[in-house]
Amino acid sequence: MILGVGFGEYVIDEWDRLFTLVVEHAQIVLMSVAIAVVVGVGLGMLTYRTERPRVAVLGVTGVFLTIPSFALFGLLISPLGLGTKPAVVALVMYALLPIVRNTITGLREVDPAVVESAQGMGMSRRRRLARIELPLAWPIIITGIRVSTQILVGIAAIAAVINGPGLGKDIFRSLARVGTPTAVNQALAAVLGIVILGLLLDIAYLLIGRLTTSRGLRE
Amino acid sequence: MNDPMIRLEGVTKRYPGQDRPAVEHIDLNIPDGEIVIFVGPSGCGKTTLMKMINRLIEPTSGRIFIQGEDVTRANPDELRRRIGYVIQQIGLFPHMTIGDNIATVPKMLGWDSARISKRIDELLELVGLDGPTFRSRYPKQLSGGQRQRVGVARALAVDPPVMLMDEPFGAIDPITRDRLQNEFLRLQADIRKTIVFVTHDIDEAIKMGDRIAILREGAQVAQYDTPQHILSAPADDFVADFVGAGASLKRLNLTRVRDVELTFWPTVAIGAERAEVLSALRASDKGAVLILDGRQRPLRWVTARDIERGDIPLEQAGLEPEAIVEPQSTLQDALNLMLDSSHGAAVVVDGNGGYLGAVDFATVAHAIQGMRVEAREQLRAAAGLGDGGAAAS
Repeated sequence: MILGVGFGEYVIDEWDRLFTLVVEHAQIVLMSVAIAVVVGVGLGMLTYRTERPRVAVLGVTGVFLTIPSFALFGLLISPLGLGTKPAVVALVMYALLPIVRNTITGLREVDPAVVESAQGMGMSRRRRLARIELPLAWPIIITGIRVSTQILVGIAAIAAVINGPGLGKDIFRSLARVGTPTAVNQALAAVLGIVILGLLLDIAYLLIGRLTTSRGLRE
Repeated sequence: MNDPMIRLEGVTKRYPGQDRPAVEHIDLNIPDGEIVIFVGPSGCGKTTLMKMINRLIEPTSGRIFIQGEDVTRANPDELRRRIGYVIQQIGLFPHMTIGDNIATVPKMLGWDSARISKRIDELLELVGLDGPTFRSRYPKQLSGGQRQRVGVARALAVDPPVMLMDEPFGAIDPITRDRLQNEFLRLQADIRKTIVFVTHDIDEAIKMGDRIAILREGAQVAQYDTPQHILSAPADDFVADFVGAGASLKRLNLTRVRDVELTFWPTVAIGAERAEVLSALRASDKGAVLILDGRQRPLRWVTARDIERGDIPLEQAGLEPEAIVEPQSTLQDALNLMLDSSHGAAVVVDGNGGYLGAVDFATVAHAIQGMRVEAREQLRAAAGLGDGGAAAS
């Protein structure tokens, strides 16, 4: 691998700006994931017991994930304009499938005997879901959230094409200036920032997963 | 006579798309404080019938009364909090501690935490587990038998008058199962709950039930009676087939040694002269004399040959009595030991090991005959009253 000339100096000179971009990047990813969790876990809870809605939800969110990101950002310009709003909408669409799918899988894998005993003890439908089924499905659900986050950290860079925030800006700027002395350093710094952000978020999820999973479920 | 704890009136369950109802018009009274077993071949509807009592399955028609109250239209969640429920797979909540598992229903009923905590320790002790050790453990840290006990403790949490148990000992190895069954019977002797217990195992039904409902397809009641009566006088061929061969042997499981007339074998105190021992033996029709120690405890079985040998002191001659039972042992246990023993007799001793008598073939044969006569007389008396014997108690 060829490092750009003076890469270290470039990062030091540009540190403040780069740091701001990383924070912006993390913000848009986490905001999108948060919305996707609300929507995705909700859809999973509503559909896991019924065959047709379940297949429909998984089908539609699966299709979202196959749309090329560049195209999707472009398509959202006419209804939503430029900037953060369309970027978040697109990212939420990409994040849905892993979250919905893992919510459904997790809830369906809960031991039916456990659910039956909860029902037999007089737990209402809602209480069963909140106290028994969701906590038992949680390790699988949070894995889905983690996968979605990883996907979004990469895709969020493309949001720069519609003036979205984050490290993608530097990548597109450098692409526009291929051949200039700083172009390679600029792209490289942005990519490195994305990779590091991805790693940090992944570690954070491992910790959160551990802290929020009952000791009775851990090996 | 008291009102029954649970009364089923014309209870029917019909599933759409099936030509025959799973449960067809059942009337059944379940008396207060008894264990009533629903037993029958698989697919007979016994579990469906049980689950209609706490309305995990809603009856298509008919009415269900608990303590005289029609619960067919009651709020099902509130109804279930008043009924203990134990299933074969137990279904402990794996993400909660044993304490939190037991606290489930008390919390829903809004008990304060001090009362709940006290109750958890009480219940764990009741089922033979140490409270402080077990309450903070998770289900996966427990053995199958321990989980089963916790399942029972959880079902008893708010002291419900009624418990439903769906093959509660079905998934447990035979040795542990036997122990848990005995423990449960001892527990029930104290708590006197009204229990509906589903099993497919007629031996378990005979052992656990105060009353057994033998069900055929459509949950039709083929016979509803005490285990003794079902074994002595099966209502029809279906019941006889289901009870299977060896009804007399099964009845031995229902009879305790203390309930039968013991046989007396010759005994002598330790230190007796050989001539005296020999004359004791000659005076009886048995083949051996039992030597007792100073505290009346059985020491050796000696035969005429042992006595005549003369070179060994009597307290070391012959054989040590190995077949020893107590009054609360079942006749089946006694028979088992007796068959393995050298002289065909099981020695009966009291709690201090003192000799009370013996069980031999004559004892068992006599006991079986007695049971048969008694059952026949009871049936005749019941028939004379014209109620078919099912309601007599």
